[in-house]
Amino acid sequence: MADTIAMEVARYQPGEDGAPTMARYDVPLRKDWVVLDGLNYIKDEIDGTVTFRWSCRMGICGSCGMTVNGEPKLTCATFLTDYAPGPVRVEPLANFPVIRDLVVDIDDFLDKLSEVKPWIVRDEAPLSAGEYLQTPEQLEEYRQYSMCINCMLCYSACPVYGLDPEFVGPAAIALAQRYNLDSRDEGAAERLDVLIHPEGLWACTFVGDCTRVCPKHVDPAGAIQRYKLTAALDTLKHYVLPRGGR
Amino acid sequence: MTTSHDIIVVGGGGAGLRAAIAAAETIPGIDVAVVSKVYPMRSHTVSAEGGAAGAIAEDDSLDEHAYDTISGGDWLCDQDAVEIFVKDAPKELLRLEHWGCPWSRQPDGRIAVRPFGGMKKQRTWFAADKTGFHLLHTLFQTSLKYDGVHRYDEWYVSKLLVDDGRVQGVVAVELTTGRIETITAKAVILTTGGCGRVFPFTTNAAIKTGDGMALAYRAGAPLKDMEFIQYHPTGLPFTGILITEAARAEGGYLLNKDGYRYLQDYNLGTPTPTPVLRSMELGPRDRLSQAFEHEVAKGRTIDTPYGPVVHLDLRHLGAKLIDTKLPFVRELCLKYQNIDPVTELVPVRPVVHYTMGGVHTDIDGATPVDGLFAAGEVACVSINGANRLGSNSLPELLVFGTRAGRAAAWHVFRHGKEPTQAVLSQAADERRRLQKDVLEHDGGDERISAIRTSMQTTMEESAGIYRSGDSLAKAADTLGELQERLPRAALDDRSLAFNTELIAALELSAMLDVAESIVASALRREESRGAHQRTDFPARDDNRFLAHSLAVREADGSCRVDYLPVTITRWAPGERVYGR
Repeated sequence: MADTIAMEVARYQPGEDGAPTMARYDVPLRKDWVVLDGLNYIKDEIDGTVTFRWSCRMGICGSCGMTVNGEPKLTCATFLTDYAPGPVRVEPLANFPVIRDLVVDIDDFLDKLSEVKPWIVRDEAPLSAGEYLQTPEQLEEYRQYSMCINCMLCYSACPVYGLDPEFVGPAAIALAQRYNLDSRDEGAAERLDVLIHPEGLWACTFVGDCTRVCPKHVDPAGAIQRYKLTAALDTLKHYVLPRGGR
Repeated sequence: MTTSHDIIVVGGGGAGLRAAIAAAETIPGIDVAVVSKVYPMRSHTVSAEGGAAGAIAEDDSLDEHAYDTISGGDWLCDQDAVEIFVKDAPKELLRLEHWGCPWSRQPDGRIAVRPFGGMKKQRTWFAADKTGFHLLHTLFQTSLKYDGVHRYDEWYVSKLLVDDGRVQGVVAVELTTGRIETITAKAVILTTGGCGRVFPFTTNAAIKTGDGMALAYRAGAPLKDMEFIQYHPTGLPFTGILITEAARAEGGYLLNKDGYRYLQDYNLGTPTPTPVLRSMELGPRDRLSQAFEHEVAKGRTIDTPYGPVVHLDLRHLGAKLIDTKLPFVRELCLKYQNIDPVTELVPVRPVVHYTMGGVHTDIDGATPVDGLFAAGEVACVSINGANRLGSNSLPELLVFGTRAGRAAAWHVFRHGKEPTQAVLSQAADERRRLQKDVLEHDGGDERISAIRTSMQTTMEESAGIYRSGDSLAKAADTLGELQERLPRAALDDRSLAFNTELIAALELSAMLDVAESIVASALRREESRGAHQRTDFPARDDNRFLAHSLAVREADGSCRVDYLPVTITRWAPGERVYGR
């Protein structure tokens, strides 16, 4: 194994550059180093201006998503050795406005997340009534969709979001479904308005890239498909039963 | 530019979000700003794995939870605070249940509880082994429905504005644009977490740089019990990734290089095939980490490029139990260490995990500075004393986040005042300092990373699991030199847009102040208690030190250490007994 590996890092400075440029740095190639370790080495030892987000380095905070050799990845969970002999190309996540270098603007997702009401909708029982009962089987119904770390890899991989930024998108729909399928929740009807919008789930063409890139096996594509069926039935009920059948 | 809110919450993790919601629920229409240097769901609460303690089992009681907490803390906990804590904890966990937290369940649908280190009964609520992740996302998503909660995502607070004896707001930098803004408020709640990053080898995320502790310290609030730093006994070497205590609670063994369950040699009980509460691998974290150091001294650990390790053995638990109860443990071992715990031994070593000390508060999160509150790891109430028990930190941030949020809301309602002119000129000075002295500072010959590494190495060598008067005095000198070097560090990055190097410089400055308070407090405490072990004073000394240390920043920047008696209500100080 070589001692070093070249990293090509996208550099972009708002106001100064027209388009991003690639800068090349040699970093130590170590068996246990991930792409993020390489970036931190660059920042600490070579060039303090290289800009990226990171925090937990254990795949749970969702900060360090970037495009590595063309694929959206959590850089804390992507070993440099997998790209030897290199170079490793690191770019910002696709489909988002770039703030600087490897940092993208994800506020659009946060707005969409709020729109799908990702909270339990019901009149809260008093604490004295104890917990809402939920069997392990009921928990299993939505558990997978509750694992989303908001890392944005799915939006970066989604061809529909790339073309139509109005699309609610994989993670937000999966999280809507997480609450819809929770036995404690009564808000499915309220969420339907956002989701059956033309830019809601119907925009998805079921390419499945979101599920393929998800580091937490959330399966947003599955969530969307499953929800399309619910929404179709609901729409149908609306025509058959004048009061929506609710 | 100046904006204003009723309350500013600094930090968007579990304590901050819980405080913001509590404030919004207490006074309808109150205007709460959550100012966080990361998006709230990135906060370090997300990394907590094992669970959250709250006595609900039929064979359990609040008194038993209190006793385990107090004895676990080596009698340095304030017992009035602990009594409130154990009483409120189940209610807060239940509130999270109502908000959708996916707690693991019993077959009949009721909440399940699991055993945990130092706890005599099964009382740890859990959401598989991603409890902190689920708790944080539940709080964050729930917070979105409160119109009164406004977020400043990716803003770094550099200064608390204090005048007329009361806190009146903050100065903060918006990362995206570099804009420096004054945000005034009638109360400020600090919820920025601990300071594990002052050490080189830690489970703590990069963001855990003691910012809130430094803000409070510089604003005149004392830092309490800072010498008590918790080492978690089972971190993965190199990365410092935590392997949760739940791995031992489910039956994992700790083995030395001879395959021997060495904890039996350290007064922690006798080995049994299945776990016994408060015994062996389920002893408290301080005692387990100290036992590791003794094994190193005896030459019974395994050498690796990242120093000595012991082995965590989960193989006998089988794939099914590991995948159901400890899925994240398997994922972390496979993804980051390339080891499968189903078939292989996991190398582990003690790793800095938690700051028992923090900003001195009362049971409502109030600090001695009027209008300034703190909750969660940044604060010290104190319920953790000299050693925190695993699964007490998540309920702590809920219980005291709520209390601080409520207290701050009432403070605004009853005593809220408009900012003074003097505070606005303070803010202008701070803006000038950031611009001229940090961002545009020229001619430096120091690198931020070099000073940071020196600080971390010094802390590990001198203020680690075992300390001595000599090592601490030397560390104090080194930290003083690093303080002098810091102003000579020039930034490579002069850009306004997302200048992470500027933030790194401000974080390093915070860490150096906090490190000095840790060393000063450790030097003065001439005894061994809980996580603070002095080789030159190996015994606990209740006559002199049944007291909280209070580190106060003097005008010249030096640290003075005062003491405050511990509140004892019903449990007289006794011997800590484990394994029998």
